[in-house]
Amino acid sequence: MKMQEESKKYICIHCGDDCGKHPVIWDGKPFCCSGCSTVYQLLNENELCSYYNIESTPGIRVEEGKFKEKYAFLDDEEISSKLYEFSEDAIRKVSLYIPGIHCSSCIWLLEHLNVLNKAVLKSTVNFVKKEVTVTFNSEELSLRELAELLASIHYIPEITLDNLQEKKNQDANKKLLYKIGVAGFSFGNIMLLSLPEYVPGSEYLESHFKSFFGMMNFLLVLPVLFYSGNDYIISAFKGLKHKFINIDVPISLGIITLFIQSSFEIFTSTGSGYMDSLTGLIFFLLIGKWYQSKSYQALSFERDYRSYFPVAVSKIVDDKEESTQINKLKKGDIILIRNQELIPADAILTKGEALIDYSFVTGESKPVFKESGDHIFAGGKQMGSAIELTIEKDVIQSRLTQLWNQFEDENTSGTKLNSLIDKISKYFTFVIIAIGIFAGIYWLLNDSTKAVFAFTSVLIVACPCALALSAPFALGNTMRLMGRLGIYLKSSDVVEKLNSITTIVFDKTGTITQADEVKVSFNGEELSDEDIIAIKSLTRHSTHILSATLYDHFKSIFPVTVSDYKELPSMGISGIVSGREIKLGSAKYIHEGKTETSSLNTEVYLSVDGKIKGHFELSNQYRVGLNKLISDLSPKFDLHVLSGDNDSEMENLKNIFPKESTIKFFQSPNDKLSYINNLKANNKSVLMIGDGLNDAGALKVSDVGISIADDIYHFSPACDAILEASKFQELQSYLKISAKSILIVKLSFALSFLYNIVGLYFAVQGILSPIVAALLMPVSSISVVAFASFTTSYFARNKEKNNNSVNESKIDSDKAVSSVKKSVQLN
Amino acid sequence: MSVIFVLIAVSMVVAGGFLIGFLWAVKKGQYEDTYSPSVRILFDDMEKEEQKEELEKTKEEKNN
Repeated sequence: MKMQEESKKYICIHCGDDCGKHPVIWDGKPFCCSGCSTVYQLLNENELCSYYNIESTPGIRVEEGKFKEKYAFLDDEEISSKLYEFSEDAIRKVSLYIPGIHCSSCIWLLEHLNVLNKAVLKSTVNFVKKEVTVTFNSEELSLRELAELLASIHYIPEITLDNLQEKKNQDANKKLLYKIGVAGFSFGNIMLLSLPEYVPGSEYLESHFKSFFGMMNFLLVLPVLFYSGNDYIISAFKGLKHKFINIDVPISLGIITLFIQSSFEIFTSTGSGYMDSLTGLIFFLLIGKWYQSKSYQALSFERDYRSYFPVAVSKIVDDKEESTQINKLKKGDIILIRNQELIPADAILTKGEALIDYSFVTGESKPVFKESGDHIFAGGKQMGSAIELTIEKDVIQSRLTQLWNQFEDENTSGTKLNSLIDKISKYFTFVIIAIGIFAGIYWLLNDSTKAVFAFTSVLIVACPCALALSAPFALGNTMRLMGRLGIYLKSSDVVEKLNSITTIVFDKTGTITQADEVKVSFNGEELSDEDIIAIKSLTRHSTHILSATLYDHFKSIFPVTVSDYKELPSMGISGIVSGREIKLGSAKYIHEGKTETSSLNTEVYLSVDGKIKGHFELSNQYRVGLNKLISDLSPKFDLHVLSGDNDSEMENLKNIFPKESTIKFFQSPNDKLSYINNLKANNKSVLMIGDGLNDAGALKVSDVGISIADDIYHFSPACDAILEASKFQELQSYLKISAKSILIVKLSFALSFLYNIVGLYFAVQGILSPIVAALLMPVSSISVVAFASFTTSYFARNKEKNNNSVNESKIDSDKAVSSVKKSVQLN
Repeated sequence: MSVIFVLIAVSMVVAGGFLIGFLWAVKKGQYEDTYSPSVRILFDDMEKEEQKEELEKTKEEKNN
């Protein structure tokens, strides 16, 4: 039992991480690192510890000392002035994007910044956008100090080149809401004033009431027509100008005929018009639009290199550091890149030893070692000590930015459904106008009083409200619900494109394997507990990625003290643990000069007291549920795997994927791109799933590019959808949902045609009574909206329920396992 | 029956009030972030300030 107590895990009060055996104790509370305890101390001093009451362990763990000079560029007036939203006298207002915002404690703390620094006047958090808007006194606090203050409490603001670009589309959503408000106001009132028309006996209504109601309706409809609905009319006008009939043409035709006919009826006191249908149609159209645009403000689907590059780097001029904007860097400049910093331009390493993590560019998690004189491409991240680089090319010309720009505006073709709707609306318009003209001519010959009425009523009743409404509501709702299930679609077109997929191409590293999870196995003599403790203890002192992997691998072991610790860069580490000399590192280091074996996996050799024990093999870990997903997908789709890596995983992949699927290794970004183009040239509809920048081109040219991301707010190249990494195995069900929603759109089309045929039946006879119109038009619109929304929700909710029950049972079994383990331990 | 004119006028004013309220809310950005306000309302500022005053008082007393 004593052992039990000792191995009781301490959970860091701040971030919830395991503290290991030697937690940092402050105020009797355990912390995993001194960074966390510093934040706690800071909050404690300022009586901000309610932070910990709102949610338990709300903090974010951040490597220490990372932001030392990171925000130096904010001292540059030219940069900081671009970031301010408001600036007068000494008062400045700035919005900073902080991806770390994740819970209600964050809101609380960030809105109490004024306690930490009096110069902050006000701070407001926008949780959805993960933004904090700070008003502060710039005489007492500079922008750089503000950024450092935020970073010191572990809310690291992310300021990229992209922030400096003009903010666009920000007011689009507001404008739409204004329009909906106005349309809703008029719609409601007009419905109320038209109520007498819906009930029998309206013909007995006193005439001055009738004309008053009519006038009110006329006045109320004007703002809807000229403000709320102007987009549709303008778009139709533009379409016609380019001799193209889009869906907006029949809508506008309907709107205008409704308006003219209704006004005519009102002013001649011959009827009360159809102002209710007119406003109702525009109102629902706008709601549909809003429905589609609503989703995810904080996600970005159109990121280019600007979003990832920092704003400035440290340039070395006359042995002094100087903060320089990235777009001002020139060939020959010497820059300083610190640990964890991104390399902004292609360069040559001039000083220091670099360990470059290209996972950002290639998806490959293994860092690459570079010696002075080597070329380093833009987009890599330095791990370890600071290095000096000489710029070879401007940022714009570097390989990374070229990769981005190469594929711009290549995939602009519309979708089938859109073209289907446009095609339908084209014929629809012609057919309706033809029917109207025939009916008009017929009645002109037989009963000329009915001719104009028959013509206009055909146009009115055939107004394609339902046609126009079904797609935005069904697809918009599907999009929203899929977002809840873990896949975020860029636009509703993607739902439709997903439905037509025939071929699925997977990227390997980071997509079907987990970029940050590595499988560790040991080849050699069996390791004793003592060995494992020694390895864990030794790796604890190293920041090298392989050490970190090994450290994480031995989870439940507690490290002991190491004496005489040594680290040789790119070679290995050594130290004395419990009187034994332990060495870990490359074959070259352990074998002392002997050549390395030609294994394709990463190997870490271990020697104890000079005797080689064996080596660890670190290989990629496949995502959970991959086997099942592949076997589910293989009957319906062509499956392909493209990997930028070597073919060490060939055998494993062959076991997972069916025989007929193509697996290719050593693929460069351009190879991937041309492979997809090839498939497309063979009339395949391609779905590409990838993660890194090396897939960016392929993702863009494929019919649907899905970018997989562990943190959906963080990194994703330009794509059509962002998939939460943990939901990877659900891919097939997303395809199913999209298929169903397309079916629903088609059914709604059928429904709307049914209404139109019924309406036309009355209209061509010249007997379209206001009651029929009053009933048919709102009923058709509302029923289509309701049908589209409810059926999609129903299908997705079923899916969600299944998901939850699976998850619950998983959790249950996990619990069962852990409780079994506990009881075993206690025994 | 002419009272209906008055009623309609009143209802228009009321509805117009709601419309203005809605437009104001949109302008103020209330629809941009629907999560934080629901959390913000739970934060108790008063309590903290009181605590602080108390603390300052005790500090002063100690100093004296």
